[in-house]
Amino acid sequence: MAKQLIDTYVAELPPTVQKAVHQSTAATTEKRYQLLGDDYADSDGLRKLAGAIRQHTLEYLDTYLAQAEESLTARGAKVHYAVTAEDACQAVTGILQAAGITKVVKSKSMVTEEIHLNDYLANQGIESIESDLGEYIVQIDGDHPSHIVRPIIHKTRGDIARSFEREGLGDYNDDPETITRRARKFMRGKYLEAGAGITGANFVTADTGRLVLVTNEGNSRFCLAPAKVHIALVGIEKVVPSDADLSLLLNLLGRSATGQQLTVYTEFINGPRRADRPSGPEQMHVIFVDNRRTEVLASDCKEILRCIRCGACLNVCPVYRQASGHAYRSVYPGPVGAVLSPLLAGDKFKELADLPKASSLCGACNEVCPVDIPIPDLLLRLRNRAHQEHVPSPGTPPMAGFALLGSHPLIWRSAMTFGAAKDYLPLDRLPVPYLGAWLKTRTLPKWRGGKFRSWMKSRHGRNGGGGK
Amino acid sequence: MINLATRPKGKRVQLMATCLCDAFYDDVARATVEVLEHAGCEVDFPEGQTCCGQPAFNCGQWPAARKVMRHTASVFAGDAPIIVPSGSCAAMMFHGSTLEFEGEKDRAAIAQVGARTWELGDYLVNGLGIKEWPGEFRAKIAFHRACHTRGTPSGAAVLQLLQSIQGLEIVPFGEEEQCCGFGGTFSVSFPNVSTAMGDLKLEHLRAVHPDYIVSGDMSCLMHLGGLAEREGQPLKTLHFVQILRDALHQHHGQATH
Ligand code: SF4
Repeated sequence: MAKQLIDTYVAELPPTVQKAVHQSTAATTEKRYQLLGDDYADSDGLRKLAGAIRQHTLEYLDTYLAQAEESLTARGAKVHYAVTAEDACQAVTGILQAAGITKVVKSKSMVTEEIHLNDYLANQGIESIESDLGEYIVQIDGDHPSHIVRPIIHKTRGDIARSFEREGLGDYNDDPETITRRARKFMRGKYLEAGAGITGANFVTADTGRLVLVTNEGNSRFCLAPAKVHIALVGIEKVVPSDADLSLLLNLLGRSATGQQLTVYTEFINGPRRADRPSGPEQMHVIFVDNRRTEVLASDCKEILRCIRCGACLNVCPVYRQASGHAYRSVYPGPVGAVLSPLLAGDKFKELADLPKASSLCGACNEVCPVDIPIPDLLLRLRNRAHQEHVPSPGTPPMAGFALLGSHPLIWRSAMTFGAAKDYLPLDRLPVPYLGAWLKTRTLPKWRGGKFRSWMKSRHGRNGGGGK
Repeated sequence: MINLATRPKGKRVQLMATCLCDAFYDDVARATVEVLEHAGCEVDFPEGQTCCGQPAFNCGQWPAARKVMRHTASVFAGDAPIIVPSGSCAAMMFHGSTLEFEGEKDRAAIAQVGARTWELGDYLVNGLGIKEWPGEFRAKIAFHRACHTRGTPSGAAVLQLLQSIQGLEIVPFGEEEQCCGFGGTFSVSFPNVSTAMGDLKLEHLRAVHPDYIVSGDMSCLMHLGGLAEREGQPLKTLHFVQILRDALHQHHGQATH
């Protein structure tokens, strides 16, 4: 029987990786839960409110985006729009070339992963160094992030120590403090060499044009302190109506992402250097990236654009915990990725149409999502879409026979009675692949089809029909 | 999502026994009838019932799922509460159905059926106002709350009833909120993930040595019980309604089944 790729991946994933992913995601989930419970009487209500704010923004995104552009421009930033990933990369190169810059440092940003900015810049002869420790390790290893908040959740200390040794950052040493100190030393040199700092944005407020960045390492601050040019790549859905919305969203983001009341650094950037703002980069460019987001907005899965990339749904997801991030074969793994990645894939939807299937639909993701995205509903809609588009789904039984039985009570009842035959058949040797997949690790209970119906009938006889 | 607060609460009820009870777990369906009758209900069992269509719905085969749901809606005509001894099938009735019928002409009629559906424990506590249950059941149990009751009053309702039964000890276990790994067709199309999830659950359950694993959904118990048995270390499972029924029998001085 053909296999689901994620299921095969799980079977082959080394137990050490699985254990590391499970322990760390379970611990973060627990921290998140405790902190929200301790700090708020009705954290569920807050999630719903945040969801409503984000949904409202999406419904009026055209208005808020235009307002954000106006506010940013008024503060002296230059706003660009990029329809495709290619457009976005070109915009970045254009800005760098105009300023004669060949070296940049980056802070962590999912949208730059999405458009494969580092590869593009390398091809243009521009050196781009990741300044987030995790992302830096991913970069030197030629690897991909496996989690949207903790890119190296799949790596052990030993792996990292070996990479550092290979890169000439010192002899093998897997002490976390030593690793961090070495990375810091290397990075500080790079910060000073770089002409531009490239960041993402967690939020951009429409009313004041404030760009908000949260980090725990402070690398985005370092990125921008010596740089002449700041380029921020921002998904168009990152806009929020007003500064006032930030208090709710930031409070939920830190708690949901890492179980912190607030991330260590929260930066509010309100434009480039000017008379009343004597420090910071001389130029600030904000590139709003579409890259199929407007298609998602027009689809029946637009709620996924509420996402604030906290990673809580990855941490709680029992499938992600078994599979880790690379199993999802895309930039966004876990529940959010199972929805977003196929949608952002455009005409390659079919290649990722298996992702929405990789869920028991347990709903834990929806329960922890700080913006209350109904992820299971969206997974189901995508499964329906895949079926309509005739994407093959390995291991999924065809349901035509079931529909026939389920809509014809007489056939159903006789199937119930004759199903008893199963107890006398060598089930595990029958050529029914789905049954085989069940029986390999599980037994089936004894068939008792029709027994309840006859009991009910006999009671009716006794009681003279109807209930009691 | 249908507003769960406005569902009918009358005592003349329709029983949706579920396909799993129809095929395997007749005792659970029988216990449901006895418990409802004890609570003063008149139980009607529409003979034409088959399934809520969830297997087809979950694997994205919505035309097939709608066919089954249309049949189910016609079988459960009327305005009586529909009672289901499964949180998963109940959620299919009041939530899944509204999704699969988006844009369909008969969506309102289907939603009307969903808007009458209660999971059994939810109905006993929040529909009928029962706050405690008579009788005794001497055992140590671990209660697995089925995932499809997330965001519904079912989990708390069932716990409230179980906690009121004399002699019953409910033990906590690790990662209680995690899914058992069943997930319908997921269990056969992702056998490795499904089994790994189930094994993790079993590990946590075994660590607290319960006499029974108890749930409101036979699907979770079929998966967990089946895994444990295949591993050669069987675990006893019970639907909570079987405990309610046995406690009643004890209360009335009858021998249990
Ligand atoms: S979908 Fe929700 S829980 Fe998942 S990363 Fe986005 S905001 Fe966080």
